[in-house]
Amino acid sequence: MKVYPSIALVVAVLAIVPFVTASNAVLNFLVMALLIALAGQGWNLLGGYGGQYSFGHAAFFGTGAYVTAILQVRYGINAWLGLFIGVAAGALVGAVIGALSFRSGLKGSYFSLVTLAFAEVLRIVASVTPITGAGVGTLIKLDLRPEAFQFQSRAPFYWIALGFVGLSLVLMRAIEQSRFGAYLVAIRENEDAAEALGVDAFKVKLAAMTVSAAITATAGCFYAQYFLFLDAAIAYGPWISVDALLAPIVGGAGTLFGPLAGALVIKTLGEATKLMTGGAPGLDLVIYGLVLIAVVGLAPRGIAGLAARLIPRRRTGAQP
Amino acid sequence: MSEALLRIDNIVKRFGGLRAVDQVSFDVVPERITALIGPNGAGKTTLFSLVAGFLPPDHGRIVFDGADVTGEPPHRLAHRGIGRTFQIVQPFAGLTVRENIAVGSHLARSRRTDALAAAGDVAHAVGLSAQLDQPAVTLTVAGRKRLELARALAIEPKLLLLDEVLAGLNPSEIRDMVPVIRAIAGRGVTILMIEHVMQAVMSLAAQVFVLAEGRIIAQGAPHEVAADRRVIEAYLGHGAASRMAAGAAHD
Repeated sequence: MKVYPSIALVVAVLAIVPFVTASNAVLNFLVMALLIALAGQGWNLLGGYGGQYSFGHAAFFGTGAYVTAILQVRYGINAWLGLFIGVAAGALVGAVIGALSFRSGLKGSYFSLVTLAFAEVLRIVASVTPITGAGVGTLIKLDLRPEAFQFQSRAPFYWIALGFVGLSLVLMRAIEQSRFGAYLVAIRENEDAAEALGVDAFKVKLAAMTVSAAITATAGCFYAQYFLFLDAAIAYGPWISVDALLAPIVGGAGTLFGPLAGALVIKTLGEATKLMTGGAPGLDLVIYGLVLIAVVGLAPRGIAGLAARLIPRRRTGAQP
Repeated sequence: MSEALLRIDNIVKRFGGLRAVDQVSFDVVPERITALIGPNGAGKTTLFSLVAGFLPPDHGRIVFDGADVTGEPPHRLAHRGIGRTFQIVQPFAGLTVRENIAVGSHLARSRRTDALAAAGDVAHAVGLSAQLDQPAVTLTVAGRKRLELARALAIEPKLLLLDEVLAGLNPSEIRDMVPVIRAIAGRGVTILMIEHVMQAVMSLAAQVFVLAEGRIIAQGAPHEVAADRRVIEAYLGHGAASRMAAGAAHD
């Protein structure tokens, strides 16, 4: 199947949902799933394709969210403009963290731990500095006009989130088919061998981290407009770092539709757990942990890997 | 004889107290096969890593194609035209053979389709056409060695550094591989090879350098080097050359 038409098909099918149901619960669920999918798309570029496992994508999500919110609240800047600035700010944070860690040659779990540390530092700083509202948080004033990136109903939010996810899928597909994408995957597979073939690993990883951060920051900006409230634990909290990596890993790290498939699965599991346990705090995290162990143990290439394993098996079955 | 393509000038590399490469100098002449031989631990692979930019030398200069390239990183040397294989094969395991080679082809081609097409041509040159769309992990040892060669060749190097591409192959696989290497040299690629398989060195190399304990102890045409006392002693131990001569006299 051609890839761009499949992206169009998936987006089109999801776009119909608000016409089928007006249930706020369903739309809210799907908006959250798309938000995680978008944050996961960012993580997937660096982690899935590039093999650089970040545990701190909250740093980019939070930066996008805070910049969008603070620009509106404190400087009266339009939310749409704030969105662009927020994405740029997230990309900048990604570039800085990337330059520092890749320049010092951090790989594997060392890279993961350093990204986690950066996100935690940002969380602590955001929880005490006045500009973020410190412990009180930042509240974006209700202004239900499309020009202010706020809507009466959930459907427009849903379509915008879907649009972002669709764009990120197209972007990721273009990267997959580019020299940059090939170099990124080569670095994941074997950095020394890639260097010997003329790949400037530092430059490629840095570019990947910057784009990755920008995509995840977009999810943060969207979050700010959707919930109109931020505090340090939301914006820079580990929850988003975990969701952003869990979705692509469950769905299939380094695959195009992995983050979207994974986000739908983990959000469904999360909701199901809440329903069954009456929302016992933390239990959804326990379930996530179990799912992660199961995926890594049983289907290391995620849902996409499982599908690929089952489909060619039928095809090669005819051969002797 | 023309100007050297690669000039190693008084290179020193220490690891702690060990002088792994100790004031080594030699020239690699263009469009020939030069072999670097020596007993295990002689410093051959270290010397290769220095030339390919994976290690910085402590002292000395490396001149490639008229430019001082000492201390340049591997990716820049690749752009200058130095390709290398790894002694322990380093395939991009999750990718197909074609995708592996295409990473090298991308050096001169930005479009994916062009790189993939060029990869097909390179695979043909090393005899991997039949395996093009297989995952690299499914290749045999001989196949992986060919893949190493193909990837390095895909960057269209002026100088190809081959680190024991015949090691681990059985005699018939070696017989298949030797003409592949000869054909690459025949297309004007200069080759510097580390090799333990003497039969191959004898038939391929125009010039041989012998490295032992970090120093060049002999150089010359293959048959000269093979008869050299110092070389025999380096491989077989002190006094071996005279014992062999004495043994031959008794016969």
